Amino acid sequence: MDVIIYLIPAALGLGLLGLVAFLWALKSGQFEDLDGAANRILFDDEEPRKPDD
Amino acid sequence: MAECLHCGSPVPDDSSGGDLFCCRGCRAAHALVQGMGLDAYYRRRCLDPEARVLRPDEEEARIDFSRHARDGGDGSATLHLMVEGLHCAACVWLIESVLARSPDVVRARVNMTTHRLTLTWRGPPARAADMVVPVLAIGYRLVPYDPERLRSEGAKRERELLRAMAVAGFAAGNVMLFSVSVWAGDASGMMDSTRALMHWVSALVVLPAIAYAGRPFFRSALIALAARRANMDVPISLAVLLTAAMSLAETARGGPHVYFESAIMLLFFLLLGRYLESRARGRARASAERLLNLSATAVTVLDDDGARRFLRPEDLRVGMTVLAAAGDRIAADGTVTAGHGDVDTGLISGETVPETVTAGSRVFAGTHNLTGPLTLTVTATGDDTLLAGIVRLMEAAEQGRARHVALADRVARWYAPVVHGLALATFLGWWLGGGLDWQAALLIAVAVLIITCPCALALAVPVVQVIASGRLLRQGILLKSPTALERLVTADLVVFDKTGTLTDGRPRPLDLDRLTPGDRLLAASLAGASRHPLARAVARAVPDAGVAEGVAEVAGRGLRLATPEGDVRLGARDWCGDPHAPPAEGPELWLDRPGRSPRRLRFADRPRPDAGEVADRLRTRGLALAVLSGDRASVVRSVADRLGIADWRAAQTPADKVARLAALAAEGRRPLMVGDGLNDAPALAAAHVSLSPSSAADVSQTAADVVFQGDRLAPVAEVLEVARRADALVKQNFALAFLYNACTIPLAVAGHVTPLIAAVAMSASSVVVILNALRLGRRRAGS
Repeated sequence: MDVIIYLIPAALGLGLLGLVAFLWALKSGQFEDLDGAANRILFDDEEPRKPDD
Repeated sequence: MAECLHCGSPVPDDSSGGDLFCCRGCRAAHALVQGMGLDAYYRRRCLDPEARVLRPDEEEARIDFSRHARDGGDGSATLHLMVEGLHCAACVWLIESVLARSPDVVRARVNMTTHRLTLTWRGPPARAADMVVPVLAIGYRLVPYDPERLRSEGAKRERELLRAMAVAGFAAGNVMLFSVSVWAGDASGMMDSTRALMHWVSALVVLPAIAYAGRPFFRSALIALAARRANMDVPISLAVLLTAAMSLAETARGGPHVYFESAIMLLFFLLLGRYLESRARGRARASAERLLNLSATAVTVLDDDGARRFLRPEDLRVGMTVLAAAGDRIAADGTVTAGHGDVDTGLISGETVPETVTAGSRVFAGTHNLTGPLTLTVTATGDDTLLAGIVRLMEAAEQGRARHVALADRVARWYAPVVHGLALATFLGWWLGGGLDWQAALLIAVAVLIITCPCALALAVPVVQVIASGRLLRQGILLKSPTALERLVTADLVVFDKTGTLTDGRPRPLDLDRLTPGDRLLAASLAGASRHPLARAVARAVPDAGVAEGVAEVAGRGLRLATPEGDVRLGARDWCGDPHAPPAEGPELWLDRPGRSPRRLRFADRPRPDAGEVADRLRTRGLALAVLSGDRASVVRSVADRLGIADWRAAQTPADKVARLAALAAEGRRPLMVGDGLNDAPALAAAHVSLSPSSAADVSQTAADVVFQGDRLAPVAEVLEVARRADALVKQNFALAFLYNACTIPLAVAGHVTPLIAAVAMSASSVVVILNALRLGRRRAGS
């Protein structure tokens, strides 16, 4: 049963990782423009490169 | 006549841009886009007739962009702009691509939902104007805004709920890991020390999560208590906090039963309900915000020294001279000092036929200048305009509306005392009557509180609302008010406005057939050159007529075409008609050909295609119908007769409409008002519940509870149908929630509830309620 000493923190850590990832996505505006994101994908292939890139 | 390659509007004969473009600006813009290799834009775009025409402003007037740019502190600067003239996703791509070509631009991102552009570049804020030049040259109009001021309170709250829900969901999912171990361990003989470890870890996860995710409820409960009221959040907060405290005490004592998972699951389900509720209104709010932005367009002001500059409407002052180009909305009340044209006053009067104005005429904020450029002297701005006066009337009507208490709130009013009384009675009963010590009695009382948690109750209404509004949204119907569905169910009388609601608000020519085919083609070929609504109607009615070369538009008068025989004219009675002819019932145009007597074309507004059918559908549902219109009696009567509506009133001012609705309410009727004009807005706010087509004035859409899109009136019947079904489902959900409580409360009072039973019962009741609500989305009624 000693193995749970490692397993519990590991499980909690992974869950926390998901939570932090979601909160980050929310904070960085990933959900701000759902209409735009749906349409943008149609144009990405010809996105022009900046000359200095 | 060809269409301009850049903006898609017709190319006039004497175009400054040559045969392919309507003006010099469009030609330059097209060359710019092609020069950058972005001409794929023209193939990909689809022009939105509602959006601003993509034509660069000929008059070089500048907004001082640098004043609005913010210094990022690291050598970069950022500017937030609202984009006017965004037609589709291709416009987003074009703007971003054009800006990305500039070597100093760090980031350019257009938000298609809100029509906002965020632009960041390397360099000082003073370079703002240089950065946006290419976008302006293509023909978009950019207006700076302050992101802090536009961030609405509702959106902030919704994000807080979502974050709280994420935290509660994380904690609920993970704590289940330990709870299931404990429950399984009970059966298979877990050591007490292992169980204590599990309990402590659960406490470690759940207590911080409750402290964070419970804040929306605790705050609202404290506010309610401070005002000496009880709302649903008081029993929720009490149940969560008591459960957590009791579980912590049990953990410290090494007891067998802790309810951490119930406490956090309770919060999670409640947050889900709250979030869905706020989400259901989110879309409508986003559209409303966009309307708000569009009204914040820039105004061209002519200074005394002849210089032009752009100002925001709120910066206008009385006495300023303002230019209104053809196609612009007029931003303030004023007197025309120069120019001649037709002004669409539909927003104020609800009528479709424009009014002719010349020097000395008064014009009002919110009206639309159609034909010629006008120069105005501002006489009233902001709150003093006629528009603002009508808005005030609307707000007054809104405050006077009998406060509708949402069903869930009515349930909450007696829910809290009953549940708390029950828990207290359980505690006292076991302690004094049952002979238990007070800790054990308290444990049982807390179990009662957990079991009676208002999860299912709190989910019953919002889940149905989200699904109903999602289903309506797919049909182009926006539910704006959270209680609109409940109020729609109780409406017993439907009151329609005429112009733009029962009719589609577009005049159609009545007696084109009485003209000879030659005259018909001639009239249509003249009409095709104009944007005047009556001329457009003639051109639409004869689609095979071309557009005559050399038609001149005389603003405020009509159209003239020079032919070898003399001038052909199509226009107003006093310009080219027979002044002695009997007055027409509706609007009219006169066709005057050289050497022959002028012929009259009359116009009428036709009912929406399915108006008759919808009127019948509403009648069969037992609703009474009525018409309240600002138009003349003869016109209103003919439309009402055609739809079989006996109760009609004509020549109603906005105040008359409100008075009529108040009288109906005093009789105990519950009127559902359907209207579109600004003149209807006060009535929309005063009615029991109100609908407005999306073609309506902004203010009317703001006042209405429901906004619907499209040419048809069927959404009125559809929304009533969905409201009825939603109401049935909400009642079923309440019944399910009560059934669940009726089964579990006796168990809890008897002290038989363990954490496992509490968790299963609670989630089961919530899931059942959600599943029941989902039926609304699946089965499509009435189609």
